[in-house]
Amino acid sequence: MDNINKSANSILYIDGVTVSFDGFKALNNLSFTVPPKSLQAIVGPNGAGKTTFMDVVTGRTKPSQGRVIFKENINLFKYDESSIVDLGIARKFQRPSIFPNHTVLQNLELASYKNKNIYSTIFFNNKSMDSDLITKIAVQVNLDSNLYDDANSLSHGQKQWLEIGMLLSQNCNVLMLDEPVAGMTDEETEKTSKLFKKISKDRSLIVIEHDIDFIQSLNCPVTVLHEGAVLAQGNMKELKKNESVIEVYLGR
Amino acid sequence: MISKFIIINILQGDIKTKAFLFCLFIISIAVPIMNIYVSAESIFHLTDYHVALFGKYLTYGLLALSLDLIWGYCGILSLGHGAFFALGGYCIGMHLMREIGPRGVYGDPILPDFMVFLNWSELPIAWYGFDNFTYTLLMIAIVPGALAFIFGWFAFKSRVTGVYFSIITQALTYALMLAFFQNDFGFGGNNGLTDFKDILGFSLQNSNTRISLFILSVIALALGYLFSLKLVNSHSGLVLKGVRDQEDRLRFLGYRVENYKLCAFVVSAILAGIAGALYVPQVGIINPGEFAPLKSIEVVVWVALGGRGTLIGAILGGVIVNLAKSFFTVNFPEVWLFFLGALFVLVTLYLPNGLMGVIKKIFIILKNRRKTQIG
Repeated sequence: MDNINKSANSILYIDGVTVSFDGFKALNNLSFTVPPKSLQAIVGPNGAGKTTFMDVVTGRTKPSQGRVIFKENINLFKYDESSIVDLGIARKFQRPSIFPNHTVLQNLELASYKNKNIYSTIFFNNKSMDSDLITKIAVQVNLDSNLYDDANSLSHGQKQWLEIGMLLSQNCNVLMLDEPVAGMTDEETEKTSKLFKKISKDRSLIVIEHDIDFIQSLNCPVTVLHEGAVLAQGNMKELKKNESVIEVYLGR
Repeated sequence: MISKFIIINILQGDIKTKAFLFCLFIISIAVPIMNIYVSAESIFHLTDYHVALFGKYLTYGLLALSLDLIWGYCGILSLGHGAFFALGGYCIGMHLMREIGPRGVYGDPILPDFMVFLNWSELPIAWYGFDNFTYTLLMIAIVPGALAFIFGWFAFKSRVTGVYFSIITQALTYALMLAFFQNDFGFGGNNGLTDFKDILGFSLQNSNTRISLFILSVIALALGYLFSLKLVNSHSGLVLKGVRDQEDRLRFLGYRVENYKLCAFVVSAILAGIAGALYVPQVGIINPGEFAPLKSIEVVVWVALGGRGTLIGAILGGVIVNLAKSFFTVNFPEVWLFFLGALFVLVTLYLPNGLMGVIKKIFIILKNRRKTQIG
């Protein structure tokens, strides 16, 4: 009963997750809740377990203890990576990972196919894809004039945007973004911040970032991870005054 | 239906496809003419031996194409593709052995000579059905395809990738070689299968049969090429190239990457098997040496040399390296391996895109020159 209550009104509920690699605990009894249609940031020093946390939610790493509950009653432990995507959790990697030899449009198309099995892609018909949606997303991530360029020719910041665009065209409820503004110019970062605030109106975003100004501009709840567990939670202004956060992460 | 498929593809194809198919067409006409109508004294005359030799090159081209499909487009480096080629070859070889019938040295109506020699009293079960040509044709696709499916299933599902995958494919072909070397394995052991008499009643020594096999090889190569081209240009092709470039991204977009890899691997193995089945009647022998790891590695060299991920480049690589091999092994037999090694080192260092990369560069330079002239 207790667990059901805790996961109530959450899109993602992380319940006592521990991940150990050869005795080293990358995540140590980590618990927290992500409400639907929310924007959350996760910060922390290197090795705090931020990326491992994403690995656990997206199915790449199986926790040694604990569970991840999606939409109040789906235990993600049973699913593999692609099924978790089908359920509605999309992920952006730390290093922008796009298809460099495909055009921007092809990148977005690959993300947006509704049926991703072999049969459907060999005998592809255009019904499997929403072209209007792709055009809309391309505008959102400022790549509408680069649709036919090779993805490789984009700037680093544009590559980040392209990957964000790919996540958007997947039509998922939860977007997990690992360092989305790394390598972006100040102007690009500002645009990204606006974009995130806008898209979090109808889905949940979990953002891992080191750029404190960016996180502050998101104006959202922040979780500080340290040694695989939650060190502190709150908004960035409060956390900046928190002694232990200053100690392990922000520095004096 | 097939001719319609070819014609449509030629009309829709890009300039490279047209040029390539045109060359194949010319070869398929020129070689028979030079064999039959040019007098034996002329330097343009091709002997029956040469017809079979060129046919052999084309089957190597098809083998290279099959490897390029998975290595060039899917990023799976198989160092054991010779195994599928050899299996296709053994299938047709078994049919040809059974077609010898009572004309063998020992005159046994059912058992091939080597079985009589080994004092076997009945045909092993694996040889059943190979007297039927249709069954043999099916087996040429099924045997390599099934092996690739089983092997790929375990390898891809357990996420064996990169170098590790390459190494176990080497192990696969090596293990098969050792097995086929055993007399008890039932496929002729050391000597393999040879002394074929005829195929579908036509003597294999007859020059018309050789020309027919040659033309069949041309057609198989053209169809294999068009099929591969269709595949890599389809939306599946986009996914395959994604597997090559960013496997993880694809998986986290919701694609079951393993299934795509498995499918490509099986298709490629079947193409290799078909190449092997065309190879054997033209060279007249199949033995376990075809499973040798070195043979599979050579195929990789062909593809790298021609240009990985270009299809046509792989085919050119397969044909050209073997032309060079024939030339060198006849004229300078000691030098061949050094030459091949040096070629591979030079190509990887200076021509990362192989022969096709060079051709592309030349075209770009010509285009720019024309532009500046007009401007």
